[in-house]
Amino acid sequence: MIQFAGVHKWFNQLHVLNDINLRITPGEVLVVCGPSGSGKSTLIRTINQLEPIDKGKLVVDGMDLLDKKTDINKLRAEIGFVFQQFNLYPHLSVLGNITLAPLKIRKMPKKEAEEQAMTLLARVGLAEKRDAYPSQLSGGQQQRVAIARALAMKPKIMLFDEPTSALDPEMIGEVLAVMQGLAGTGITMVVVTHEMGFAREVAHRVAFMDHGVVLEEAKPEEFFRNPQHERAQQFLKQLLSPMH
Amino acid sequence: MDAIFNFQVITDNFTYFMIGRFPHGPLGGLGLTIYLAVVSCILSFFGGLVLGLLSLVRNPFISYPVNLFINAVRGLPLLMVIFWMYFLLPALMGRTVPESQTVIMGLTLFTSAYMSQIVRAGIEGIPPGQTEAAISTGLKHWQVMLYIVLPQGLRNMIPSFVNQFVSLIKDTSLAFIVGVSELTHVATQVNNRTMAYPTEIFIFIAVLYFFLCYAFTSLSRWLEQRLAWRKAI
Repeated sequence: MIQFAGVHKWFNQLHVLNDINLRITPGEVLVVCGPSGSGKSTLIRTINQLEPIDKGKLVVDGMDLLDKKTDINKLRAEIGFVFQQFNLYPHLSVLGNITLAPLKIRKMPKKEAEEQAMTLLARVGLAEKRDAYPSQLSGGQQQRVAIARALAMKPKIMLFDEPTSALDPEMIGEVLAVMQGLAGTGITMVVVTHEMGFAREVAHRVAFMDHGVVLEEAKPEEFFRNPQHERAQQFLKQLLSPMH
Repeated sequence: MDAIFNFQVITDNFTYFMIGRFPHGPLGGLGLTIYLAVVSCILSFFGGLVLGLLSLVRNPFISYPVNLFINAVRGLPLLMVIFWMYFLLPALMGRTVPESQTVIMGLTLFTSAYMSQIVRAGIEGIPPGQTEAAISTGLKHWQVMLYIVLPQGLRNMIPSFVNQFVSLIKDTSLAFIVGVSELTHVATQVNNRTMAYPTEIFIFIAVLYFFLCYAFTSLSRWLEQRLAWRKAI
């Protein structure tokens, strides 16, 4: 579904992605973790070309991202993206946020788009908020609406870029629960997160990154029980007991 | 009071101050001032929007000449732009152009250049996350602009727009230099004819200008509140 082959990216002198080779199969849930500045956000943003790559080959859903003939807008419509800062449209209601893309891109009739939006809102537990504006919602609610907005395009791939990092602790659970409900439905998911509980329970595979390199790829049970790389061991130790 | 000021001159010429010789002749006075301001205001809104959007286009063959034009106009006194229009427009069109139209063109050109910068700042002030979220759903760049960036940006631009339009109302007084009989021109006419009451006449039109601008500011405040949505944090 998503294939990185020898992908490099630089921000000026900084080598943010260094020879990335990753293969994500359809329906798989991959969690990407690593210390901040390791390049994991950049990695996930290359998949829908919010960040273009400089070198290598990146094929998403059969389309080569470096091929000039690839219609990037069409590809993006098949990929949902959930941001750390939610990025809901403040001037549109919850319903307006969710129906915009289906109405404008899929040319879906208004009634159908709204029915679909209501189904999605029910799924994320926010049906009663259809007419609210983003600023009237809590962070956790906003993020759930953002997930519904992404799902409204019926994407084959969902990308989550630290979806719970901007949330108060008591709201993290509700967002993770929605994501957990999504995993295993056949949708391909790539999740950048520090939520190791989520990784352990939901991920099919965990990739650990540091300094632009994928140092380790493993099934979660192996990764958490017996991390191979020294940096991964340190990282897990710090994350699981930050006081020491 | 009567010993110092005599406002008889105002009441005697009241209709002339308000609408000139209309309906028996062309519209003049306050009526023409409002007409010039409103028409130039509407035209320069769209002019500013177009120039502002073009100045942000990535293709330098479009953005460079547009920015050059904007900076050139901003570097000229308005009076100069009005003179230019007054002499240039008839030469370009190969026929006489009514003075009021040359003034509208001059005001529009000048105000559009300033408005374009307000538009540009308004667009650039929308957080990049909004655009990222929108293109991530597959929207094309023009759709992002139309449905996401402009609706938010325009609301933020309202106060600056109003500033610009209040200036525009006052700038219409410069039309008197090319003989357009708007409020200031009418005032100088009456003053020249009566000779004795310059203070009364210019106090009166100052008050008129003030209320016109004040009405416009109030209108915009109302508009701003109507368009207020609660901003996301």
